[in-house]
Amino acid sequence: MKIVINGEPREVNAETLGELLAECCFSGRVATAVNEEFVPSSLRIAHKLAEGDRVEVVAPMQGG
Amino acid sequence: MKRFYGTELPNPLMLGTAQYPSPAILEQAFRASGAGVATVSLRREGAGGAGQAFWSMIRDLGVLILPNTAGCHTVKEAVTTAHMAREVFDTPWIKLELIGHTDSLQPDVFQLVEAARILTEEGFQVFPYTTEDLIVAERLLAAGCQVLMPWGAPIGSGRGLNNEYALRAMRAEFPDVPLVVDAGIGPPSHAAHAMELGYDAVLLNTAVARAGDPVAMAQAMALAVQAGQRAHQADPIEPRDMAEPSTPVIGKAFLS
Repeated sequence: MKIVINGEPREVNAETLGELLAECCFSGRVATAVNEEFVPSSLRIAHKLAEGDRVEVVAPMQGG
Repeated sequence: MKRFYGTELPNPLMLGTAQYPSPAILEQAFRASGAGVATVSLRREGAGGAGQAFWSMIRDLGVLILPNTAGCHTVKEAVTTAHMAREVFDTPWIKLELIGHTDSLQPDVFQLVEAARILTEEGFQVFPYTTEDLIVAERLLAAGCQVLMPWGAPIGSGRGLNNEYALRAMRAEFPDVPLVVDAGIGPPSHAAHAMELGYDAVLLNTAVARAGDPVAMAQAMALAVQAGQRAHQADPIEPRDMAEPSTPVIGKAFLS
């Protein structure tokens, strides 16, 4: 299935958001959104992905 | 010192974590400043997990974390970012920025009030980056904010307190609300100025991070906020138009 992760189109095997994070080797403190909607970490395993979904994975970064 | 959502700050300096020459200098600057609050943000995580190393360093500073919604231009974007920040940083605190103008980075106060209302209802403790407008301030308080953060000058401009009159008026209007001058600080005298007006804290980033020697500047800022705070408590004299001799006139020898 083709999805867009952090702006990059990508072909993945994952069927859920939880599987996607593992497949793309994200770990540690990250937060996720799918199609501009926040998905809490507790719901990632159950969150089914669909073709063309836009996934954002963010992490702590410098800020003012 | 006033409490920020029930939390007493160790000192009146809030320091940003962006734009330092290196992580090591960031860390040294924080220790030199004694700042009790660090502002942070969220950005897309890279393949190497850059965010995790940054998080580990910030956590080791042992300071309070204030995540921001920097760069957000809509209520929806800001609210979603706040939810992500709450999960990542494990804090209800959110520095709510809703940018309305590209050049000045002036807050869009209409959307700011709306986002503050939504986030307060959802259990956040909102630190709104706002202008010095008193009516907007009232609306933010009515929306549930218990802290106000008016700008001194546009972010990164180093112009100091552009509208001292309005900042004084805000202090007088809301004597019991924790007030923070956020943005626009250049040299430490600007930070001292804010504290002399009776502000409860100063939030700055660029002034330290982009200084030639960020560590020395961080220390200078710490001294400045301390001096300004002490000066405010000491009740400064009012300015006057004419001179008033400080040396007693009575008893001067008659020599002419």
